[in-house]
Amino acid sequence: MATTAPAPARTAHAASGRAAAPAPRRRRAVSYPSWMLWPAFAALLVFFLVPTLLNFVYAFTDWSAFKQGFGFVGAQNFQRLFADGSLLSSLRVTLVWAVLVALLQNGFGFVLALLLEGDTRVNRGARIVFFLPVLLSPLAVGYVFQALLRPDGALNGVLGALTGTDVSIAWLGSTTWTIVVVSVVQAWKWMGLSMLIFMAGLKTMPTDVLEAARIDGASWWRTLWSVRFPLLAPAVTFNVATALLGSMNGFDTATALTNGGPARSTELLNIFIFRTFGQGLYAQATTMSLVLFLTVVIVALPVILYLRRRENVL
Amino acid sequence: MTATPATLAAPAARAARRATRARRPGGPGAGRRTAGRALHDVVVVLLAAVVVGVPLWLVLVTASKTTAEAARPDLSLPTEFALGDNLRQVVDQGEVLLALGGSLLVTVPAVVLLLVLGSAASWVLARRTGRWNAVLYTVGISSIVLPPAVITTVLTVRSLGLQGTAPGMVGVYTGMFMGTVIFFVTGFARNLPIELEEAARLDGTTPFQLFTRIVLPMLRPVIATAAILTTLSIWNEVFYTFFVLGGGDTTTLPLNLYKVASAAQYVNNWNLIFAYVVLMSLPMIIVFAVAQRRIISGVTSGAVK
Repeated sequence: MATTAPAPARTAHAASGRAAAPAPRRRRAVSYPSWMLWPAFAALLVFFLVPTLLNFVYAFTDWSAFKQGFGFVGAQNFQRLFADGSLLSSLRVTLVWAVLVALLQNGFGFVLALLLEGDTRVNRGARIVFFLPVLLSPLAVGYVFQALLRPDGALNGVLGALTGTDVSIAWLGSTTWTIVVVSVVQAWKWMGLSMLIFMAGLKTMPTDVLEAARIDGASWWRTLWSVRFPLLAPAVTFNVATALLGSMNGFDTATALTNGGPARSTELLNIFIFRTFGQGLYAQATTMSLVLFLTVVIVALPVILYLRRRENVL
Repeated sequence: MTATPATLAAPAARAARRATRARRPGGPGAGRRTAGRALHDVVVVLLAAVVVGVPLWLVLVTASKTTAEAARPDLSLPTEFALGDNLRQVVDQGEVLLALGGSLLVTVPAVVLLLVLGSAASWVLARRTGRWNAVLYTVGISSIVLPPAVITTVLTVRSLGLQGTAPGMVGVYTGMFMGTVIFFVTGFARNLPIELEEAARLDGTTPFQLFTRIVLPMLRPVIATAAILTTLSIWNEVFYTFFVLGGGDTTTLPLNLYKVASAAQYVNNWNLIFAYVVLMSLPMIIVFAVAQRRIISGVTSGAVK
C-alpha cells in the first residue's frame, strides 16, 4: 500500500498493462477514497453513537422538565427505579415478551413454511396472505386486535355463537395472561417474515443430502428433524435474533393493544420510557433506556453467539 | 428482477417435489397423493381465512359501518354501507393528507440518504482490508443489534435545532438504519468480481466514476432489498416519531393514527379508526402488489447465505 502510484495507465496502454501484469500492486494503490465513508459514518456518529454515549452520562443526572440545568446524582436513578419495583417489573415483562414472541413467531413461521413449501397455486396465494400482516403498521395491528379481543368484541361473539352461550372473556384484562395474548398478536404480525426466511432456507438446501436421505428410506419426519432442521441453522439464527432484538425494542403493538395495562403487567421498557418522558422525568427515562441497552447487550449477544456457534458445528 | 426467478422458481419446484416425494403424475400412489393434496389445499385455505382473513375482514366491515353500528365491533356485514362517508370524515377531520405529506417528507429523504451514503461507504468497506477497516465495519453495523438511546437522541436533535421537524426525523432514521444498509450492501459488494473494477481503473477512471458507473449498477439487487426493508420500517415506525416530532407541526400517518384513535376511542368510533387503518395501509399494500416477487426475494436474501 505504501508505494506511491505512478499515474494510472492511459487508455492506449490498458491492454498491454493487463498483459504484462506488473500491475496488482499499482492497482491496489489507487485506493478506495475515504471521503466516500465519511458521510455515512457522520450520520451514524451524530444520530446514533453520540446519543448512545450520552445515555451513559444523563442516566446519572437529575435532568428533568421541572428545573433549569442538571447535576450529577450518581446511581440514584437506578436505586429509585429499583426500589419502587418498576425496573424489575418492566425488565421482567420485556424479557417474557421477547422470549414468547421469538418462540411463537418462529414456531408459527416454521409450521407455515413447511405447510406452504410446495410450489402450488394455492400455496403461493397463501404465502401472500400470511405476509400481509408484515406490511401493516404495528399500531394498526394493535387496534385491530383490541377490537377483536374486547369483552364485547368479535372473538367472544364468535365463541358465543359457536357454544350457544354468552361469552365475555376479558382477553386483555388479566394481569397474568394478557402478556401472552399480546405476544401472540405480535407473533401474528411477524410470522409471515419468519415463514419466508425459513422457506428460503428450505429451498436452498443441498439437494444431494436430501437425495441421500431419500435413498436411505428416511421418512418425511425423520428427514425433517435429522437432515432439514439442522441444515436450517442460518435461518434459525437470523429469525431468533431478529425476533428477540425486535421485540426487546417493542412498543407499538402493546401500546395500541393494552397501553401497558392491566396494572402495568404489559408495560415494556419502551412504554415505561414513553410514559416517564411524557411526565417530564427525563433522567428516569434515560436510565431505563440505558437498562434496555445493557439488557440487549447482556441477553441478546450471547444468544446470537451461541446460535452462530451451533451453525458452525453443524 | 434478476435474482428472482433463479432463487424462487427452480429450486422451489425441485425442493417441493423432493420433500413430498409426490406430484409426478402417473407415479405409483398418484391417486392417494391427489387426495392428500386436496386435503392440504383445504387446510391451507381455511387456515389463511381464519388466521389472517378474519382480522382483515373485521377492519373492512367495521370501516364500512356507521358509528352506531361499529360501537360493538363484530364480523357482521354493515346494514348501511358507510365506507365512503367514513373515509371522507377521516380525511376531513383527521389530517390524513397532512400526515401523508409528513410520512413522505420523512420516508423518502431518509431512504434516499441511507441508500446513497450507505452504498458508497459499503463499497469502500467491502474493498479495503486491514484492522481499521474491520473496526469501522463493526461500528457501522452495531446499530443493527444495539437499541438506539431514544431520550438522548431527542436531546441531540434538540441541540441541533431540529426538534419537531422532518429533517430531524430524517437524521434519526438515517442513523438508526445505516447499520442495516451497510450490513446488506457490504456483504453483497464483497462478492462482486473485482476484475471489472480493475479494468476500469486501468482506463484511468476516477474512483468516484468507477463507483457510479461500474459498481452501483452491479449493486442494484441489494440496493432494492435495502430500499424495501428501510421503507417498510420507516413508514410504519411510530416510537421515535413520538419523541422527535411530538409537539411540532410535522406529523406522520402512524403518529396521527395514534392521535385519532386516542381521541375517538372515548366514543368508540371504531369505524373511523379502521377507515384510517385502511387508508394508511393502502400505500404499502399497493407497493407490495406491484413488487411482490422482488420484496419476497429481497427480505429473504439477507438471512440465508
